[in-house]
Amino acid sequence: MVEVKNLVKKYGSQVAVDDVSFTAEAGEILGFLGPNGAGKSTTMNIITGYISSSSGTVTVDGCEIMDDPVGAKSKIGYLPEIPPLYVDMTVRKYLEFVYNLKKVRLPKTEHIDEVCTVVKIKDIQNRLIKNLSKGYKQRVGLAQALIGNPPVIILDEPTVGLDPKQIIEMRNLIKGLGKKHTVILSSHVLSEVQATCDRIIIINKGKLVADSRTSSLSDTLSSSHNLLLRVIGTPSSVMNALRSVDGVVKVEKGKFVYDGCYEYELHTDKATDPSKGIFYAMAKNNTPIVLMRSNELSLEEAFLKLTEPTVPGKKGGRS
Amino acid sequence: MGAIIKREIGAYFTSAIAYVVMAVFFLFSGYFFWNLLYYDTTSITYYVFSQMFMIVLFILPILTMRLFSEEKKQRTDQILLTSPVSVWKIVLGKFIAADIIFLCCMAIYIPMVLVVNYFAAPNWGMIVCNLIGMFLLASAIIAIGIFISSLTESQIVAAVAGIATALFISMMDTFSSAIQIEFIQNLINSLSFMTRYQDFYSGLLSLADVVFYLSVVGLFLFFTTRVIDRKRYS
Repeated sequence: MVEVKNLVKKYGSQVAVDDVSFTAEAGEILGFLGPNGAGKSTTMNIITGYISSSSGTVTVDGCEIMDDPVGAKSKIGYLPEIPPLYVDMTVRKYLEFVYNLKKVRLPKTEHIDEVCTVVKIKDIQNRLIKNLSKGYKQRVGLAQALIGNPPVIILDEPTVGLDPKQIIEMRNLIKGLGKKHTVILSSHVLSEVQATCDRIIIINKGKLVADSRTSSLSDTLSSSHNLLLRVIGTPSSVMNALRSVDGVVKVEKGKFVYDGCYEYELHTDKATDPSKGIFYAMAKNNTPIVLMRSNELSLEEAFLKLTEPTVPGKKGGRS
Repeated sequence: MGAIIKREIGAYFTSAIAYVVMAVFFLFSGYFFWNLLYYDTTSITYYVFSQMFMIVLFILPILTMRLFSEEKKQRTDQILLTSPVSVWKIVLGKFIAADIIFLCCMAIYIPMVLVVNYFAAPNWGMIVCNLIGMFLLASAIIAIGIFISSLTESQIVAAVAGIATALFISMMDTFSSAIQIEFIQNLINSLSFMTRYQDFYSGLLSLADVVFYLSVVGLFLFFTTRVIDRKRYS
């Protein structure tokens, strides 16, 4: 649906977006994640045709944004970081203006009513936009992006400045939109994208550092699995027994928990699951396991790992 | 484009700019017209329209100051530029909206002409010629004002720069007499808005004058599209 190829944007000598490529399939919610200033908004502005790229192509539903800007733009609904609202208009008048501006062919009154119902702004239609709260302004901005039922919806930090209740509502709304539209949303909040997106793209300093499904992101980041163990028994005998288990690559003694009980960190082979073997080995060794859990990178850790300044010789996990 | 024209006209009336500009325009037109009737001078065309040159020059920057500067400041240009509308149509839409407001201003001449018609038989050709002239002059100033507005994010800067430009335009003829080099004098004279406008209120509808004003409109609207595109392609 949206295909971005080798996108580069330079401001003078500064590279804001550096060779970014990805595709968003129809009906997919794609999360665009990165710290502030990573190039998220720039990329979105290029996809929507607000600014041009230095090189690279963006194709929206078969229309190239530079060759056929009108065709491509008519397929996109865009909510920029700051909602582009004319504050001296009423909500209804504003949405009618957007409807006319986008040359929408759907029945006017019904369509605007429908959009207002979806984003729940029906009861404030006749109020001036300048008198609305931030949350409502954000919703009017979203309504504006939905006018004309575009197949692609691009949302730049849609939940910034909303209260927790509104954030949950906005998330549910976006999830609902994902059924009918291709949604690309950006955020610097991890839990945000984790909660709403099917796929996550992480961008840092203009470069794409990861592109994977939400569920497997932390998976793909670490080449080996980690297990955390708490075992009662003498550390040396426990460690010896653990090392002999098939699939265990490395054993590290962790912190002291209580008398006779220590934590152990295990690096295990990805292919074989050694937890069963560990159980029997410990039983045979007569050292009971108090706790065993997989110690995978949380999304938060994965994000930090990917976006931290790259140390020479230590390559970032590109999947 | 229709949507932009409609919105701009709506914004002119909600922000009261349209009322202020129209009030000032009506006030001066009315004053000159009253002078005409009271002192029984030569003709409406000569007395009213020639005096209005300065007024048109100085009130129009107020009309055009916010057209693009405010869009940029409020970030609403994002919705315009990401909509399936070309930059040309956006610029043209705003130009037409400002022009329509000016036509509303000029509507005051309808009752005036009718009053003149009641007392005497006016020279209709002259009057139409003057109205065309004033409309063309205003269009040119509006186009320049839109261009200035696209250069800045501040309405105030746009208004001040617009008025300064108006001042420069109104003083061009003075410059020409001050400079003794013939070539430059000719150049200034041929670019003088005042000289061109004089033709109209002398009852001369010359193609050269019409083309001159329309070229100014075309040129500055083109510059505006370039300014907007340049920001996007930099």
